[in-house]
Amino acid sequence: MTQALLMRYLLWPLVKFLGAFIVVQAIVAAMNWVERRLLGLIQARLGPNRVGWHGLLQIVADPIKFLLKEDIVPSSSEKVAYFLGPMLPLIPTFMVYCLIPFGPPPMFIAARVNVALLLVLALTSTGVYGIILGGWASNNKYSLMGGLRSAAQMVSYEVPFGLSIVGVLMICGSLDLVRIVDYQANNAWNLFPQIVAFFIFFVSMNAENNRTPFDLPEAESELVAGYHTEYSAMKFAFFMLAEYSAMIVNSCLVTLLFLGGWTMAIDGKGLTTQQLVSMGVLGGIIGLAIFLTKMMFFMFVYIWFRATFPRFRFDQLMDLGWKWMIPLALGNIVVTGVFVLIGQERLMYWIGLATLGAIGFHIFRKPVPAVKAKTAHEVAHAS
Amino acid sequence: MTPAFAVFLIVGTIAVASSILVISMRNPVHSALFLLLTFLCVAVLFVMKGAEFVGAVQVLVYAGGIMVLFLFVVMLINVRHLPDEKVLSNFWKGGFAVGLGVFILFVAVVRPGVYHDEQLDKSRLTSVKERIWTESHKNPGTYTYRRVHRTNANSEAVGMALYTDYLVPFEVASLFLLVAMIGAIVIGKRELSATEEETAQQFILERVETEKEVKEAMSA
Repeated sequence: MTQALLMRYLLWPLVKFLGAFIVVQAIVAAMNWVERRLLGLIQARLGPNRVGWHGLLQIVADPIKFLLKEDIVPSSSEKVAYFLGPMLPLIPTFMVYCLIPFGPPPMFIAARVNVALLLVLALTSTGVYGIILGGWASNNKYSLMGGLRSAAQMVSYEVPFGLSIVGVLMICGSLDLVRIVDYQANNAWNLFPQIVAFFIFFVSMNAENNRTPFDLPEAESELVAGYHTEYSAMKFAFFMLAEYSAMIVNSCLVTLLFLGGWTMAIDGKGLTTQQLVSMGVLGGIIGLAIFLTKMMFFMFVYIWFRATFPRFRFDQLMDLGWKWMIPLALGNIVVTGVFVLIGQERLMYWIGLATLGAIGFHIFRKPVPAVKAKTAHEVAHAS
Repeated sequence: MTPAFAVFLIVGTIAVASSILVISMRNPVHSALFLLLTFLCVAVLFVMKGAEFVGAVQVLVYAGGIMVLFLFVVMLINVRHLPDEKVLSNFWKGGFAVGLGVFILFVAVVRPGVYHDEQLDKSRLTSVKERIWTESHKNPGTYTYRRVHRTNANSEAVGMALYTDYLVPFEVASLFLLVAMIGAIVIGKRELSATEEETAQQFILERVETEKEVKEAMSA
């Protein structure tokens, strides 16, 4: 009896967690290469292509370098906090992997909690402690500024991040990630009725992870390297590890909340959870593949954003968060509430679809005219 | 000893120990870190009691929001050159008296068994009064109220309690918080002198001008 309980509540979840951990860490390691190659592609240069085939061994070379470099501790730093700084953000990020269903349940989820979404939000919000602590403990003005900026940014964008989810919750009526996904399989992706929430969620997600265009905590033109200026070797690697792991967590969340997770179904027709579970192991693998594909798409969009947009100024960042995102998110909640109250959720899908169509039409209306570069002579005599 | 009790002992000990360390640490940042540890341990205790929602909210609100602001304050004061202060402040006698009074109050109010009335808690939290159309022989064709079982989920039960039985206290509390927030903003806002106001206005005008120029340059 005790053994069965131990298997069910300790050993089996641990094995699942380790599986998720290994897969996610492999993706993090691969992202190191993928991101630099993609940035190179977008910016019309090559990126790392020397170590191994197309630079693929860079994935191995970088960790070796991180491990072998000297671990420098500034003599005037606060030793304990300096040591804790890179560790703290890793713990909540890894804990979140227990709660995220990577495929159809019960195979691909370590711990199914009925307030999973809230717990994920709570855990990811504690990730900023490491950054603040590291920045403060370095005893360096640039590091401290980076830490403070990070704190201000996290506090500001946590609000629209949380509020944008409320609309999804109102439609699905649950905080359980599995039930949210099932609802979407039986109706349609939340992307359509909650297109505004999706937009807000995605932008705040970028801000939460300190990614360009919101990477002010580590703006190299102002703060050297921000909060990790004084960190070297594996401690620096831990900061990067935490950032990329958090990116993956957020990509998983947006997939689960807005794109139907591991299912591929509309109106209960197609690959729903029941369908996948009835297919056994094969169904599990298909579900996992669908989930990972959707998640990797968002990882790609992260990099795409980084290559496309210039960095915000700090006051612009605050303006966007407080004056645009939060009122928009509140408005979205009110509108969703009205539709749910009159029982016309279906209408929202069509409105969302029409909005998406209009955006698509606007973008692809006509080909962008090729801009002929002005010569120096023309610029000089322009006006 | 059940495993749950063992976990309770460990987590509870950490919670109490770290909360003592919060007040005995010299460095405010270290105090803040132990406060975070205390909150996390209390959240674990909530989860163990079956109140996952409260546990999650505990982490989200306290550990997430308030602690970040707290660290803000701590970092803006100079912690590198701490004044040599006594461990106990001058008011320790009064503080001790108040602490003891509150403790006695808790002991008097919280008796074992008060929170073990499972039936009372569950029925109030998981059901709701609904207005229904009766078709029975007793008063046919009128509206009556009856308790309807609604949910077993934690978050839904809390929401049901907050928005039905405790709606007025909930709304009053939120109104108080709003008033407090507005008050804090009013107090925190500094009155600008005449010259300062002029400079600020000029600064804004200049910025608008520059932005216009940039836009024109970009469209050209």
